[in-house]
Amino acid sequence: MFPAAFDYQSPATLDEALGLLAERGDDAKVMAGGQSLIPLLKLRFAQPQLIVDIGRIPGMTEIKRDDGHVKIGALARHVDIERSKELAKLLPVMVEAVRWISDPLVRNRGTLVGSVCHADPSGDWGSIMLALDAELVARSAKGERVIPIDGFFEGPFTTTLRSDEIATEIRIPLPTGRAGGSYHKLERRVGDFATVAVSLQIELDGNKVKKAGIGLTSVGATNIKAKKAEQALVGHELKDDVIAESAKLAAEAAEPKDDIRGTAAYKKDVVRVFVQRGLKAALGRAQEVKA
Amino acid sequence: MRVNGAERSGDVEPRVLLVDFLRTNLALTGTHVGCDTTSCGACTVLLDGEPVKSCTLLAVQVDGREIKTVEGLANGAALAPIQVGFHEEHGLQCGFCTPGMMLVASALLERNPNPTDDEIRWAISGNICRCTGYMNIVKAVQYAAKMHSEAAKAPAAAAVAGGGE
Repeated sequence: MFPAAFDYQSPATLDEALGLLAERGDDAKVMAGGQSLIPLLKLRFAQPQLIVDIGRIPGMTEIKRDDGHVKIGALARHVDIERSKELAKLLPVMVEAVRWISDPLVRNRGTLVGSVCHADPSGDWGSIMLALDAELVARSAKGERVIPIDGFFEGPFTTTLRSDEIATEIRIPLPTGRAGGSYHKLERRVGDFATVAVSLQIELDGNKVKKAGIGLTSVGATNIKAKKAEQALVGHELKDDVIAESAKLAAEAAEPKDDIRGTAAYKKDVVRVFVQRGLKAALGRAQEVKA
Repeated sequence: MRVNGAERSGDVEPRVLLVDFLRTNLALTGTHVGCDTTSCGACTVLLDGEPVKSCTLLAVQVDGREIKTVEGLANGAALAPIQVGFHEEHGLQCGFCTPGMMLVASALLERNPNPTDDEIRWAISGNICRCTGYMNIVKAVQYAAKMHSEAAKAPAAAAVAGGGE
Protein backbone atom coordinates (compact mmCIF):
# COMPACT_ATOMS: atom_id res chain seq x y z
CA MET A 1 0.00 0.00 0.00
CA PHE A 2 1.20 3.48 -0.80
CA PRO A 3 0.07 6.68 0.84
CA ALA A 4 -1.28 9.43 -1.40
CA ALA A 5 1.47 11.80 -2.47
CA PHE A 6 2.54 14.47 0.01
CA ASP A 7 5.31 17.03 0.50
CA TYR A 8 7.80 16.10 3.19
CA GLN A 9 9.80 18.45 5.36
CA SER A 10 12.23 17.39 8.03
CA PRO A 11 13.11 20.61 9.85
CA ALA A 12 16.31 20.76 11.88
CA THR A 13 14.90 23.09 14.53
CA LEU A 14 11.64 23.58 16.36
CA ASP A 15 11.38 27.17 15.14
CA GLU A 16 11.68 25.99 11.56
CA ALA A 17 8.93 23.44 12.17
CA LEU A 18 6.67 26.05 13.78
CA GLY A 19 7.29 28.36 10.83
CA LEU A 20 6.11 25.64 8.44
CA LEU A 21 2.97 25.11 10.50
CA ALA A 22 2.27 28.84 10.77
CA GLU A 23 2.23 28.92 6.98
CA ARG A 24 0.68 25.58 6.04
CA GLY A 25 -0.70 24.13 9.30
CA ASP A 26 -4.19 23.51 7.94
CA ASP A 27 -2.84 21.17 5.25
CA ALA A 28 -0.13 19.57 7.37
CA LYS A 29 0.33 16.69 9.79
CA VAL A 30 3.12 16.56 12.33
CA MET A 31 4.91 13.21 12.52
CA ALA A 32 7.07 11.96 15.40
CA GLY A 33 7.52 8.16 15.31
CA GLY A 34 4.85 7.71 12.64
CA GLN A 35 3.54 4.43 14.06
CA SER A 36 -0.07 5.63 13.98
CA LEU A 37 0.20 8.20 11.20
CA ILE A 38 1.89 6.04 8.56
CA PRO A 39 -0.76 3.29 8.79
CA LEU A 40 -3.44 6.00 8.41
CA LEU A 41 -1.64 7.42 5.38
CA LYS A 42 -1.34 3.97 3.81
CA LEU A 43 -5.05 3.29 4.29
CA ARG A 44 -5.67 6.83 3.01
CA PHE A 45 -7.77 7.66 6.02
CA ALA A 46 -5.50 10.69 6.22
CA GLN A 47 -4.26 12.56 3.14
CA PRO A 48 -2.35 15.62 4.32
CA GLN A 49 -0.55 17.70 1.72
CA LEU A 50 2.47 18.15 3.95
CA ILE A 51 4.17 15.94 6.51
CA VAL A 52 6.34 17.81 9.00
CA ASP A 53 8.69 15.16 10.39
CA ILE A 54 9.92 16.45 13.76
CA GLY A 55 12.09 13.34 14.24
CA ARG A 56 15.37 15.17 13.61
CA ILE A 57 14.78 18.10 15.95
CA PRO A 58 17.32 17.82 18.78
CA GLY A 59 16.53 18.07 22.48
CA MET A 60 13.09 16.50 22.62
CA THR A 61 13.89 12.92 23.65
CA GLU A 62 14.33 13.59 27.34
CA ILE A 63 12.56 12.11 30.33
CA LYS A 64 13.47 14.27 33.29
CA ARG A 65 12.34 15.20 36.76
CA ASP A 66 11.86 18.88 37.26
CA ASP A 67 9.92 21.04 39.68
CA GLY A 68 7.39 18.52 40.99
CA HIS A 69 6.84 17.01 37.56
CA VAL A 70 8.23 14.43 35.24
CA LYS A 71 8.66 15.99 31.82
CA ILE A 72 8.60 13.75 28.79
CA GLY A 73 9.74 15.21 25.48
CA ALA A 74 7.85 14.83 22.22
CA LEU A 75 10.40 12.38 20.84
CA ALA A 76 10.70 10.11 23.90
CA ARG A 77 9.68 6.70 22.58
CA HIS A 78 7.66 4.00 24.30
CA VAL A 79 10.86 1.96 24.64
CA ASP A 80 12.58 4.88 26.37
CA ILE A 81 9.79 4.86 28.95
CA GLU A 82 10.04 1.07 29.25
CA ARG A 83 13.76 1.38 30.07
CA SER A 84 13.59 4.52 32.22
CA LYS A 85 14.95 3.89 35.70
CA GLU A 86 13.64 7.29 36.77
CA LEU A 87 10.06 6.44 35.79
CA ALA A 88 10.31 2.97 37.32
CA LYS A 89 10.98 4.78 40.61
CA LEU A 90 8.68 7.81 40.28
CA LEU A 91 5.70 6.56 38.25
CA PRO A 92 5.96 2.77 37.99
CA VAL A 93 2.46 2.55 36.52
CA MET A 94 3.82 4.02 33.29
CA VAL A 95 6.48 1.35 33.00
CA GLU A 96 3.89 -1.34 33.72
CA ALA A 97 1.48 0.09 31.17
CA VAL A 98 3.93 0.67 28.35
CA ARG A 99 4.49 -3.07 27.97
CA TRP A 100 0.85 -3.36 26.93
CA ILE A 101 1.27 -0.92 24.07
CA SER A 102 1.46 -2.59 20.67
CA ASP A 103 4.62 -4.71 20.34
CA PRO A 104 8.36 -4.26 20.90
CA LEU A 105 9.07 -3.13 17.33
CA VAL A 106 6.42 -0.44 17.33
CA ARG A 107 7.62 0.66 20.77
CA ASN A 108 11.07 1.22 19.25
CA ARG A 109 9.58 3.99 17.07
CA GLY A 110 6.34 5.31 18.56
CA THR A 111 6.21 8.13 21.10
CA LEU A 112 4.07 8.95 24.13
CA VAL A 113 3.32 12.52 23.03
CA GLY A 114 2.56 11.38 19.48
CA SER A 115 0.11 8.77 20.76
CA VAL A 116 -1.68 11.29 22.95
CA CYS A 117 -1.97 13.79 20.08
CA HIS A 118 -3.20 11.03 17.76
CA ALA A 119 -6.14 10.79 20.22
CA ASP A 120 -7.28 7.31 19.29
CA PRO A 121 -10.01 6.42 21.80
CA SER A 122 -8.45 2.93 21.84
CA GLY A 123 -5.03 4.37 22.67
CA ASP A 124 -3.56 3.41 26.01
CA TRP A 125 -1.59 6.53 26.88
CA GLY A 126 -4.60 8.84 26.83
CA SER A 127 -6.25 7.01 29.73
CA ILE A 128 -3.03 6.81 31.66
CA MET A 129 -2.43 10.55 31.22
CA LEU A 130 -6.03 11.24 32.33
CA ALA A 131 -5.52 9.15 35.47
CA LEU A 132 -2.24 10.95 36.19
CA ASP A 133 -3.62 14.46 35.47
CA ALA A 134 -0.93 15.27 32.92
CA GLU A 135 -0.52 18.54 31.02
CA LEU A 136 0.67 19.10 27.47
CA VAL A 137 2.98 21.89 26.49
CA ALA A 138 2.02 23.25 23.06
CA ARG A 139 4.27 25.59 21.09
CA SER A 140 3.42 27.72 18.10
CA ALA A 141 5.19 30.59 16.37
CA LYS A 142 3.11 32.85 18.62
CA GLY A 143 4.23 31.31 21.89
CA GLU A 144 3.59 28.54 24.36
CA ARG A 145 0.54 27.33 26.26
CA VAL A 146 -0.08 24.55 28.73
CA ILE A 147 -3.12 22.36 28.11
CA PRO A 148 -4.57 20.15 30.87
CA ILE A 149 -5.21 16.66 29.54
CA ASP A 150 -8.78 16.76 30.91
CA GLY A 151 -10.63 18.40 28.04
CA PHE A 152 -7.82 17.87 25.50
CA PHE A 153 -9.65 15.04 23.73
CA GLU A 154 -12.60 16.40 21.74
CA GLY A 155 -13.60 13.29 19.83
CA PRO A 156 -12.06 10.36 17.98
CA PHE A 157 -8.67 11.52 16.62
CA THR A 158 -9.58 15.12 17.50
CA THR A 159 -7.97 17.34 20.14
CA THR A 160 -7.83 21.00 21.09
CA LEU A 161 -4.31 21.26 19.65
CA ARG A 162 -4.37 23.94 16.93
CA SER A 163 -3.06 23.33 13.44
CA ASP A 164 -0.14 25.74 13.98
CA GLU A 165 0.94 24.04 17.23
CA ILE A 166 3.32 21.24 18.13
CA ALA A 167 3.02 19.42 21.44
CA THR A 168 6.62 19.54 22.62
CA GLU A 169 6.29 17.91 26.02
CA ILE A 170 4.00 16.17 28.50
CA ARG A 171 4.26 17.10 32.16
CA ILE A 172 3.06 14.64 34.77
CA PRO A 173 2.73 15.84 38.36
CA LEU A 174 4.71 13.69 40.77
CA PRO A 175 2.65 12.05 43.48
CA THR A 176 3.21 13.38 46.95
CA GLY A 177 3.37 10.82 49.72
CA ARG A 178 2.30 7.24 49.25
CA ALA A 179 0.91 6.54 45.82
CA GLY A 180 0.28 3.58 43.59
CA GLY A 181 -1.22 2.82 40.24
CA SER A 182 -2.06 0.00 37.91
CA TYR A 183 -3.08 -0.59 34.30
CA HIS A 184 -5.38 -3.40 33.26
CA LYS A 185 -5.93 -4.26 29.62
CA LEU A 186 -7.96 -6.92 27.88
CA GLU A 187 -6.65 -7.66 24.39
CA ARG A 188 -7.23 -10.55 22.02
CA ARG A 189 -3.56 -10.94 21.11
CA VAL A 190 -0.27 -9.13 21.63
CA GLY A 191 -0.29 -5.79 19.88
CA ASP A 192 -4.05 -5.54 19.50
CA PHE A 193 -6.01 -2.51 20.56
CA ALA A 194 -7.73 -2.88 23.89
CA THR A 195 -11.14 -4.48 24.10
CA VAL A 196 -11.24 -2.52 27.33
CA ALA A 197 -8.47 -1.05 29.44
CA VAL A 198 -8.50 0.87 32.70
CA SER A 199 -5.82 3.06 34.24
CA LEU A 200 -5.81 3.80 37.97
CA GLN A 201 -3.75 5.97 40.25
CA ILE A 202 -4.31 6.76 43.92
CA GLU A 203 -2.50 8.86 46.51
CA LEU A 204 -3.04 8.17 50.20
CA ASP A 205 -3.15 10.43 53.23
CA GLY A 206 -2.92 8.02 56.13
CA ASN A 207 -5.36 5.29 55.20
CA LYS A 208 -7.61 7.57 53.21
CA VAL A 209 -7.49 8.44 49.55
CA LYS A 210 -6.26 11.98 48.98
CA LYS A 211 -6.35 11.92 45.19
CA ALA A 212 -7.62 9.39 42.66
CA GLY A 213 -7.36 9.07 38.89
CA ILE A 214 -9.34 6.68 36.69
CA GLY A 215 -8.96 6.63 32.90
CA LEU A 216 -10.87 4.36 30.51
CA THR A 217 -9.69 3.04 27.13
CA SER A 218 -11.78 1.81 24.16
CA VAL A 219 -15.15 2.50 25.74
CA GLY A 220 -16.20 5.78 24.14
CA ALA A 221 -15.51 8.41 21.51
CA THR A 222 -12.42 9.48 23.46
CA ASN A 223 -10.39 8.19 26.36
CA ILE A 224 -12.62 8.92 29.33
CA LYS A 225 -11.82 10.34 32.75
CA ALA A 226 -14.27 8.68 35.15
CA LYS A 227 -14.68 11.69 37.42
CA LYS A 228 -17.61 10.51 39.54
CA ALA A 229 -15.80 7.24 40.17
CA GLU A 230 -12.70 9.20 41.21
CA GLN A 231 -14.68 11.47 43.54
CA ALA A 232 -16.31 8.48 45.20
CA LEU A 233 -12.88 7.47 46.49
CA VAL A 234 -11.55 10.78 47.81
CA GLY A 235 -11.64 11.06 51.60
CA HIS A 236 -12.42 7.37 52.06
CA GLU A 237 -10.54 4.28 53.06
CA LEU A 238 -10.45 1.79 50.20
CA LYS A 239 -12.82 -0.71 51.77
CA ASP A 240 -14.74 -3.19 49.61
CA ASP A 241 -17.97 -1.13 49.54
CA VAL A 242 -16.12 2.05 48.50
CA ILE A 243 -14.27 0.16 45.77
CA ALA A 244 -17.51 -1.46 44.55
CA GLU A 245 -19.28 1.91 44.36
CA SER A 246 -16.42 3.51 42.42
CA ALA A 247 -16.30 0.54 40.04
CA LYS A 248 -20.03 0.85 39.43
CA LEU A 249 -19.71 4.58 38.68
CA ALA A 250 -16.79 3.94 36.30
CA ALA A 251 -18.87 1.38 34.40
CA GLU A 252 -21.65 3.98 34.14
CA ALA A 253 -19.18 6.52 32.73
CA ALA A 254 -18.20 4.09 29.97
CA GLU A 255 -20.01 4.44 26.65
CA PRO A 256 -18.87 1.38 24.70
CA LYS A 257 -20.39 0.05 21.49
CA ASP A 258 -21.03 -3.52 20.37
CA ASP A 259 -18.29 -4.64 17.99
CA ILE A 260 -16.21 -7.69 17.09
CA ARG A 261 -14.36 -7.43 20.38
CA GLY A 262 -17.49 -7.73 22.52
CA THR A 263 -20.89 -6.34 23.38
CA ALA A 264 -21.38 -3.00 25.10
CA ALA A 265 -22.78 -4.70 28.21
CA TYR A 266 -19.79 -7.02 28.42
CA LYS A 267 -17.33 -4.13 28.08
CA LYS A 268 -19.06 -2.14 30.82
CA ASP A 269 -18.75 -5.13 33.10
CA VAL A 270 -15.05 -5.46 32.25
CA VAL A 271 -14.64 -1.81 33.28
CA ARG A 272 -16.32 -2.57 36.60
CA VAL A 273 -14.15 -5.63 37.26
CA PHE A 274 -10.92 -3.90 36.17
CA VAL A 275 -11.59 -0.90 38.42
CA GLN A 276 -12.12 -3.24 41.36
CA ARG A 277 -8.98 -5.23 40.64
CA GLY A 278 -7.01 -2.15 39.74
CA LEU A 279 -7.87 -0.24 42.91
CA LYS A 280 -6.86 -3.19 45.07
CA ALA A 281 -3.57 -3.49 43.17
CA ALA A 282 -2.97 0.28 43.39
CA LEU A 283 -3.73 0.25 47.12
CA GLY A 284 -1.32 -2.61 47.70
CA ARG A 285 1.42 -0.74 45.87
CA ALA A 286 0.71 2.55 47.67
CA GLN A 287 0.92 0.76 51.02
CA GLU A 288 4.32 -0.63 50.09
CA VAL A 289 5.70 2.88 49.58
CA LYS A 290 7.55 4.10 52.64
CA ALA A 291 5.95 7.31 53.86
CA MET B 1 21.75 5.53 4.10
CA ARG B 2 24.07 2.69 4.98
CA VAL B 3 22.56 -0.71 4.27
CA ASN B 4 24.43 -3.78 5.51
CA GLY B 5 27.57 -1.71 5.81
CA ALA B 6 27.50 -0.18 2.31
CA GLU B 7 26.48 3.34 1.37
CA ARG B 8 23.30 3.19 -0.72
CA SER B 9 21.25 6.01 -2.17
CA GLY B 10 18.32 6.64 -4.43
CA ASP B 11 15.86 9.36 -5.36
CA VAL B 12 12.41 8.50 -4.07
CA GLU B 13 9.10 10.19 -3.50
CA PRO B 14 8.48 10.96 0.17
CA ARG B 15 5.64 8.41 0.23
CA VAL B 16 7.89 5.46 -0.59
CA LEU B 17 8.08 3.08 2.34
CA LEU B 18 11.43 1.77 3.52
CA VAL B 19 10.42 -1.82 2.73
CA ASP B 20 9.68 -0.87 -0.87
CA PHE B 21 12.93 1.04 -1.19
CA LEU B 22 14.86 -1.99 0.04
CA ARG B 23 13.02 -4.48 -2.14
CA THR B 24 12.49 -2.46 -5.33
CA ASN B 25 15.35 0.03 -5.47
CA LEU B 26 18.04 -2.06 -3.80
CA ALA B 27 16.73 -5.53 -4.81
CA LEU B 28 17.09 -6.74 -1.20
CA THR B 29 14.07 -9.02 -1.30
CA GLY B 30 14.91 -10.88 1.91
CA THR B 31 12.83 -8.25 3.72
CA HIS B 32 9.28 -9.49 3.24
CA VAL B 33 5.93 -7.73 2.99
CA GLY B 34 3.44 -9.65 5.08
CA CYS B 35 0.42 -7.85 6.45
CA ASP B 36 1.47 -4.35 5.32
CA THR B 37 -0.43 -3.04 8.36
CA THR B 38 2.20 -2.95 11.14
CA SER B 39 1.03 -6.23 12.63
CA CYS B 40 3.14 -9.18 11.48
CA GLY B 41 6.83 -8.23 11.57
CA ALA B 42 7.78 -9.95 8.28
CA CYS B 43 9.30 -6.62 7.16
CA THR B 44 11.51 -6.24 10.25
CA VAL B 45 14.89 -4.58 9.71
CA LEU B 46 17.38 -3.14 12.18
CA LEU B 47 17.52 0.67 12.28
CA ASP B 48 20.69 1.73 14.08
CA GLY B 49 20.66 -1.73 15.66
CA GLU B 50 17.03 -1.72 16.82
CA PRO B 51 14.30 -3.81 15.19
CA VAL B 52 11.57 -1.80 13.46
CA LYS B 53 8.83 -2.49 10.94
CA SER B 54 10.01 -1.22 7.56
CA CYS B 55 6.43 -1.08 6.23
CA THR B 56 5.80 1.66 8.79
CA LEU B 57 8.73 3.90 8.00
CA LEU B 58 9.24 6.21 5.07
CA ALA B 59 12.50 5.69 3.23
CA VAL B 60 13.21 9.42 3.63
CA GLN B 61 12.99 9.10 7.42
CA VAL B 62 16.11 6.94 7.53
CA ASP B 63 18.20 9.21 5.33
CA GLY B 64 21.75 9.02 6.69
CA ARG B 65 21.06 6.19 9.10
CA GLU B 66 22.19 2.58 9.42
CA ILE B 67 19.98 -0.28 8.21
CA LYS B 68 20.62 -3.98 8.51
CA THR B 69 18.54 -6.53 6.61
CA VAL B 70 18.66 -10.32 6.63
CA GLU B 71 21.17 -10.16 3.77
CA GLY B 72 23.59 -8.51 6.19
CA LEU B 73 23.58 -11.31 8.76
CA ALA B 74 26.02 -13.76 7.18
CA ASN B 75 29.67 -12.94 6.68
CA GLY B 76 30.30 -14.18 3.18
CA ALA B 77 29.70 -17.92 3.20
CA ALA B 78 29.87 -18.09 7.00
CA LEU B 79 26.41 -18.06 8.54
CA ALA B 80 25.77 -15.92 11.60
CA PRO B 81 25.08 -17.87 14.80
CA ILE B 82 21.38 -16.98 14.63
CA GLN B 83 21.20 -18.49 11.13
CA VAL B 84 22.99 -21.64 12.29
CA GLY B 85 20.51 -21.83 15.18
CA PHE B 86 17.50 -21.67 12.84
CA HIS B 87 19.12 -24.33 10.64
CA GLU B 88 20.04 -26.69 13.47
CA GLU B 89 16.83 -26.36 15.48
CA HIS B 90 14.47 -26.35 12.49
CA GLY B 91 13.38 -22.82 13.40
CA LEU B 92 11.45 -22.37 10.17
CA GLN B 93 8.93 -24.14 8.04
CA CYS B 94 7.72 -21.87 5.22
CA GLY B 95 10.40 -19.29 6.03
CA PHE B 96 8.31 -16.18 5.47
CA CYS B 97 8.69 -14.78 8.98
CA THR B 98 12.28 -16.00 9.33
CA PRO B 99 14.21 -12.88 8.25
CA GLY B 100 12.28 -10.78 10.76
CA MET B 101 12.59 -13.38 13.50
CA MET B 102 16.35 -13.64 13.01
CA LEU B 103 16.87 -9.87 13.03
CA VAL B 104 14.79 -9.40 16.18
CA ALA B 105 16.69 -12.26 17.80
CA SER B 106 20.09 -10.89 16.81
CA ALA B 107 19.18 -7.50 18.29
CA LEU B 108 18.00 -9.25 21.47
CA LEU B 109 21.28 -11.17 21.77
CA GLU B 110 23.25 -7.93 21.37
CA ARG B 111 21.44 -6.45 24.37
CA ASN B 112 21.02 -9.65 26.34
CA PRO B 113 23.46 -12.46 25.47
CA ASN B 114 21.78 -14.99 27.78
CA PRO B 115 18.03 -14.52 27.44
CA THR B 116 15.47 -16.72 29.16
CA ASP B 117 12.78 -18.40 27.05
CA ASP B 118 10.34 -15.77 28.35
CA GLU B 119 12.62 -12.93 27.27
CA ILE B 120 12.90 -14.46 23.80
CA ARG B 121 9.12 -14.84 23.52
CA TRP B 122 8.73 -11.26 24.67
CA ALA B 123 11.24 -10.02 22.08
CA ILE B 124 9.52 -11.84 19.19
CA SER B 125 6.02 -10.86 20.30
CA GLY B 126 5.74 -8.39 17.40
CA ASN B 127 6.59 -11.09 14.83
CA ILE B 128 3.99 -13.59 13.74
CA CYS B 129 4.81 -17.12 12.56
CA ARG B 130 1.84 -18.68 10.80
CA CYS B 131 3.42 -22.15 10.76
CA THR B 132 3.32 -21.85 14.57
CA GLY B 133 6.94 -22.80 14.89
CA TYR B 134 7.45 -20.73 18.00
CA MET B 135 8.82 -23.64 20.05
CA ASN B 136 11.61 -24.23 17.57
CA ILE B 137 12.20 -20.51 17.03
CA VAL B 138 12.85 -20.12 20.76
CA LYS B 139 15.20 -23.12 20.63
CA ALA B 140 16.99 -21.61 17.64
CA VAL B 141 17.61 -18.37 19.52
CA GLN B 142 18.89 -20.33 22.54
CA TYR B 143 21.19 -22.25 20.20
CA ALA B 144 22.62 -18.99 18.87
CA ALA B 145 23.02 -17.63 22.41
CA LYS B 146 24.99 -20.74 23.33
CA MET B 147 27.17 -20.39 20.24
CA HIS B 148 27.89 -16.78 21.16
CA SER B 149 28.88 -17.66 24.71
CA GLU B 150 31.06 -20.58 23.60
CA ALA B 151 32.71 -18.38 20.98
CA ALA B 152 33.38 -15.79 23.67
CA LYS B 153 35.09 -18.44 25.81
CA ALA B 154 37.31 -19.72 22.97
CA PRO B 155 37.45 -17.06 20.27
CA ALA B 156 40.10 -18.83 18.20
CA ALA B 157 38.02 -21.99 17.93
CA ALA B 158 34.82 -20.20 16.89
CA ALA B 159 33.30 -22.05 13.97
CA VAL B 160 31.49 -19.07 12.49
CA ALA B 161 31.97 -15.37 12.17
CA GLY B 162 29.97 -12.97 14.27
CA GLY B 163 27.18 -11.73 12.10
CA GLY B 164 28.98 -9.84 9.34
CA GLU B 165 29.57 -6.68 11.35
